Amino acid sequence: MPEQTTVDAIVVGAGPAGSAAATVLARHGYSVILLERGSFPGSKNMYGGVVYPRILDQLHPEWWLEAPIQRWVTRRSTMVLTDTQAVTVDFRSTDWGAPPYNGATAYRPDWDHWLAGKAEADGALLVCSTTATGLLRDGSGRVVGVTTDRPDGDLHARVVIACDGVNSFLAKEAGLYGEVDAANYTLGVKETIALPKDVIDERFAVRGRDGVDIEILGGTSGVNGGGFIYTNLDTLSVGVVLKLPKLGAQKLRPEQIIANLKAHPAIAPLVEGGEIKEYSAHVIPEAGLSMMPTMTADGMLVAGDAAAMCLAAGIWLEGVNFAMASGMYAGEAAAEALEAGDTSAGGLAGYERRLNDTFVLRDHRKLHRAPALVLSDRVQHRYPAMIANTVERMFRVDNPSPKPGLRRILNEERKRAGVRIRDLAKDTLDGLRTFG
Amino acid sequence: MSGAPTGERWPELSFEDLIATTRFDIHERAHITVDDAICADCSTRECVVACPANLFVPTSDGGILFNYEQCFECGTCYLLCNKEGAITWTYPEGGHGVVFKRT
Ligand SMILES: Cc1cc2nc3c(=O)[nH]c(=O)nc-3n(C[C@H](O)[C@H](O)[C@H](O)COP(=O)(O)OP(=O)(O)OC[C@H]3O[C@@H](n4cnc5c(N)ncnc54)[C@H](O)[C@@H]3O)c2cc1C
Ligand code: SF4
Ligand code: SF4
Repeated sequence: MPEQTTVDAIVVGAGPAGSAAATVLARHGYSVILLERGSFPGSKNMYGGVVYPRILDQLHPEWWLEAPIQRWVTRRSTMVLTDTQAVTVDFRSTDWGAPPYNGATAYRPDWDHWLAGKAEADGALLVCSTTATGLLRDGSGRVVGVTTDRPDGDLHARVVIACDGVNSFLAKEAGLYGEVDAANYTLGVKETIALPKDVIDERFAVRGRDGVDIEILGGTSGVNGGGFIYTNLDTLSVGVVLKLPKLGAQKLRPEQIIANLKAHPAIAPLVEGGEIKEYSAHVIPEAGLSMMPTMTADGMLVAGDAAAMCLAAGIWLEGVNFAMASGMYAGEAAAEALEAGDTSAGGLAGYERRLNDTFVLRDHRKLHRAPALVLSDRVQHRYPAMIANTVERMFRVDNPSPKPGLRRILNEERKRAGVRIRDLAKDTLDGLRTFG
Repeated sequence: MSGAPTGERWPELSFEDLIATTRFDIHERAHITVDDAICADCSTRECVVACPANLFVPTSDGGILFNYEQCFECGTCYLLCNKEGAITWTYPEGGHGVVFKRT
């Protein structure tokens, strides 16, 4: 480890954000250290299971020829569950199974390891098994490096990019976050369950490298959140995402909530009989725009989950692409600032400009109502039964009774679920505004 | 899956067997410590139900027994705990702690 030398940039965290940032800086010819506390990149990282890698077209063209993917997602289902019912909207596209692809299942230890290897190949110095323990600052408060848990482990740099994930102690230490509120976070827990490939192919009606992404509303034992099932080559990723304060205020533990989901009559036939290969857990910054920190300080930028860039709304999870993109833009802005010899917050302002001009903050602005809406009590606890009962009665043949009209069914089921017309109208409008 | 009361189903694996599927390279320093004296005054105990590693165990004398070894380093406990100073939370030494598997 270099001692008392100053490198151009230190990137903390070799997740998708950090590796993208380090790649860009190294390609610009700057000296960059990519610090990772795990023994290899990805060893600390878990997620549900689908990456949307199109942003890599810019960094690593034809990434699909070498990326460690499990299956291409060609089928995406959204399920609404009650204890005894399931309503599924199922979409398939053969286009998603050919370049440039849409989403792919991948294991994070594989993916992150691969992406960090690309940064190394471009000239970044990857240092693993090393935790950044704090910020180094000069007399004016400007960030000039990090302390680490290695002996003589202080590292000096012209710019520090914090890509240290959801708990980002570096962004907090820099004072970039306001008060940290548990209500902005969800806990994700997952089981990786081994099943033979042909069994998975048959149960999920796919072939070859085609795969399935199932998002589930209403399968979390009454705790606000969502469930998911993703197909890997010969395992399934099965898990739940749970709103922290709600989880803390009831009696079921996370693994019991997964067990309940796996025992649901619509889910059990998909997952049963497999061997659990790994149990994992990780926290998600769920509140999007409303929880984002200040992105820039003198000598420092924050990217990825460290800046709450994950686009998440219970049944909806895109974080890796937002991390790779924000990391890439942080790298570009840092390179620009190094070039100009000004890495003050003002000199680094190109970062926020890039975030604002691209999908990173545009999507967040467009969907800023989504997390609260999808995790709201009505969507979580009342709508699943209203939807499922309405569909059940539409399809039920109740001879000799004549079929009731859809409007009557909907109105009765809305009342039965305890939903006021006013609230349904408001949520519908919110939904249309958000997703429309 | 049988013997389930009130429609709840329980894991087919014991929790010990479930978490035994996860790899941990344990360091001798406890990266998280819990001040049992502060917990004694806590009635909400979010950590007990929410910690995905089930590391917060209520004791018969009203305290909390905490083991740091099989920890996901997720942050749930410090985010949920409302009692100042109850949890001292750091990452484990570099290269230690949870290791998710590569293929
Ligand atoms: C249950 C769950 C399901 C999800 N599902 C999806 C999904 O299907 N698709 C999707 O796109 N996203 C998903 N996400 C979100 C996604 O995982 C994150 O948004 C993404 O990992 C963010 O990348 P990052 O690089 O910012 O942070 P991370 O991936 O968290 O990487 C941070 C890195 O920094 C390292 N680090 C942290 N602190 C330090 C330190 N002090 N010193 C040195 N190193 C440090 C960590 O070890 C880690 O390698 C999910 C998340 C969860 C928890
Ligand atoms: S750690 Fe916090 S939440 Fe848990 S018992 Fe102690 S004071 Fe209560
Ligand atoms: S960090 Fe997560 S796994 Fe570790 S003790 Fe806290 S809640 Fe449990």
